[in-house]
Amino acid sequence: MSQNPDTWLTRFHRLGSPPSFYRLAGILMPFIGIICIALFASGLFGGLVLAPADYQQGESYRIIYIHVPSAWMSMFVYALLATASAISLIWRMKLAEAVARASAPVGAAYTFLALVTGSLWGKPMWGTWWVWDARLTSELILLFLYLGYMALVAAIDDRRSASRAGAVLAIVGVVNLPIIHFSVEWWNTLHQGPTVTKFDQPSIAISMLIPLLLMAGAFKFHYLYTMLARVRVEILDSERRTAWVNTLVTSKAS
Amino acid sequence: MKPRRKQRLVLVSLLIAGVAVAAGLALLALQENINLFFSPSQVAAGDAPSNTPFRLGGMVVDGSVRRSDGSLEIQFDLTDTANSVTVAYTGILPDLFREGQGIVAQGSLGTDGTFSATQVLAKHDETYMPPEVTEALEKAKAMGVQ
Repeated sequence: MSQNPDTWLTRFHRLGSPPSFYRLAGILMPFIGIICIALFASGLFGGLVLAPADYQQGESYRIIYIHVPSAWMSMFVYALLATASAISLIWRMKLAEAVARASAPVGAAYTFLALVTGSLWGKPMWGTWWVWDARLTSELILLFLYLGYMALVAAIDDRRSASRAGAVLAIVGVVNLPIIHFSVEWWNTLHQGPTVTKFDQPSIAISMLIPLLLMAGAFKFHYLYTMLARVRVEILDSERRTAWVNTLVTSKAS
Repeated sequence: MKPRRKQRLVLVSLLIAGVAVAAGLALLALQENINLFFSPSQVAAGDAPSNTPFRLGGMVVDGSVRRSDGSLEIQFDLTDTANSVTVAYTGILPDLFREGQGIVAQGSLGTDGTFSATQVLAKHDETYMPPEVTEALEKAKAMGVQ
């Protein structure tokens, strides 16, 4: 039994080692990229051309095809950041640290995009760019959590203690996620309630829902692609003194 | 699981639980302040501030919108189905303003019970559908009534 190194468990464990993950990510990325482009193309075409106009908002509702997926992703990426942080704190796993660091700027970008597109839509529809209601404020706090995480990790020179400090901040911030999601139900807000993510039937016509879900998938794959690319860079940087990175660089250079 | 890791797992869980309880208590204490607007019933019960501006939210009562000729003055009633408050406003209304629509108005309550608004915001609902569907729904509703 001890002479059998290639069980599925050891294979899985090896995946967590930086060199194997670096290689696997390199193989997967082109496929993820192609799926992402296909989803973006079909989602945008469906959302901007095929989907009908809304009965109240006319054409301006189409911003949901960017706004809603990026708002979902802002929360999804934070949940992932916090999970990776917890894993890195408990198991001291280097790969989890790399995933957390690589995810933060991407999540911050989605949050920023959600806030900006919401603001652009809010001016003509609500009559204001910004209002301090619970949903908008908690989403803004999410942006600050991301920025705080990035600043904290960047401020500490030692890579591993930087990740550990950032991980604690990321875990503390996770309490904001249910607040964002339920803010529109717990308090009265200007922002409307959930359309798709509720236990009832979605209150959106199916012809409008399908492009929205395609766009949500496109954003997921976009995140996956960007995150993997950033993790590879993180791995190369943190392992730059190891033999395998040396051979990799010299073999590429020759 | 190794004892060290188990210890860290417990610590992380305690951290999350502690922060959640603290945030929950803080939000519970701030409940009133986080709500964006007062409802007409709260105004009728005297819960709304009398001398500072506040936000009032409700549905525009069907047929209550009165515009004056030659100016941007407008009056309408806001209701939460139990009580209603008359709102006076001068200015440009958002695209989604219409009868039956949810509205949030910022302003203050006058002595005569009229709410003079400085800003009117439209609250959008979470329903998205093509116009043909609405027409069909309305037709079906009209047939059901007859």
